[in-house]
Amino acid sequence: MRRYNNRLWVKGWIYGGNYGIERYLYTLHRISGLGLILYLLMHIYVTAARIYGAAAWEQTMAFLYGPAFKLGEYLLIAGAIFHAANGLWLIIIELGMCIGKPQRQEYPYVPSVKKQRPLMVALMLLAAVLIIVSGLDFFII
Amino acid sequence: MATFRIQRYNPEKDTRPYLQTYEVPVERGMSILDCLFYIKENLDATLSFRASCRMGICGSCAMYINGLPRLACETQVESLRTDTIEIRPLPNYEIIKDLVVDLSPLFDKHQKVKPWIISSDAVEVDRPTKEYSQSPAQLEGYLQFAYCLKCGICLAACPTVATDKEFLGPQALAQAFRYSSDNRDNGFKERISVVDTLHGLWRCHMAGACAEVCPKGVDPALAIQLMKRKAIFGHKEEQARLLEALLEATPIPGIPKAPEPTVKKK
Ligand code: SF4
Ligand code: FES
Repeated sequence: MRRYNNRLWVKGWIYGGNYGIERYLYTLHRISGLGLILYLLMHIYVTAARIYGAAAWEQTMAFLYGPAFKLGEYLLIAGAIFHAANGLWLIIIELGMCIGKPQRQEYPYVPSVKKQRPLMVALMLLAAVLIIVSGLDFFII
Repeated sequence: MATFRIQRYNPEKDTRPYLQTYEVPVERGMSILDCLFYIKENLDATLSFRASCRMGICGSCAMYINGLPRLACETQVESLRTDTIEIRPLPNYEIIKDLVVDLSPLFDKHQKVKPWIISSDAVEVDRPTKEYSQSPAQLEGYLQFAYCLKCGICLAACPTVATDKEFLGPQALAQAFRYSSDNRDNGFKERISVVDTLHGLWRCHMAGACAEVCPKGVDPALAIQLMKRKAIFGHKEEQARLLEALLEATPIPGIPKAPEPTVKKK
């Protein structure tokens, strides 16, 4: 008999729907991670210009001096800060800290993901402050 | 009156699922499951869905209701606070017909983590010399996870399951922790070799969706993180058992002897 495959695939991890903030952080963590990998590849490619001599290097550097690259660089640093803060949060959670202990459920049940929320909020605030400060450093000061 | 938009799919006729609309006279106290029965009895007998206990204990009526996977019998129409209700089958499974999905991947994954008490002492299992004692505190360490219905809702919510077919999923990983944290069990090593793998524990990145939607408060997200902790730091209970054996060998003076075992050794 024919079946209809209802697996959500990529839409299933990108779209956070009605779930909590942590569900959205999951998506952002992956996107920022992929962004960092992409940057690393471009970085290796660009710095490889050095082996073609000083002139080639100067030329690439001049090309990279435009505002688009400055914005890209800022996005990179913002992504890295978020990825680091969220990674720190994941390490704490995965060591079983701040998520509560097994217990008899009392309804309405408060799940672990709600119990750890203060930790998540604190780390995300830290990330936000760092992203704003680096923005000031980048564009204003 | 409430408008129900229900996803239909008949494998014999349709190539793709489509939505069909029904009007149901909703009364106070009616659950989504009551409405589905109303439709089946009065409006359209061809509508297929699965249900049995209608009291949140069999786990067969899980479906995707207004943007979240839930048990139809445990969802009051009133609690949705809207007159248009959209019901779809659980995502991340294969649809057999209408709202009926094939849960066998869930059961297969559940089985993979060896969800039973594994004892290292085969002779003791065969001819027990004493009871397996368990204190209330030890019971509480896993009881919460033992309430799992195998409804499959958590796999429908999990973003990792959505892209990784092989991922064991919140239900099975939670059960790996449930049995490994039972003080009667000795199967930690066997289970960790199943869950500490490429498509196991570490594919979970704490999206928390499973814990939010689980209708029984099983909190798979909590169990998975605690299992990761065990994978990193080792298994506490096993160490405790070694300690127990040590204490047993040298009785402390002044402490009364344990009562005679109720089952005699042959
Ligand atoms: S853990 Fe909860 S949501 Fe998942 S199968 Fe068990 S009862 Fe259902
Ligand atoms: S009918 Fe049994 S859980 Fe809903």
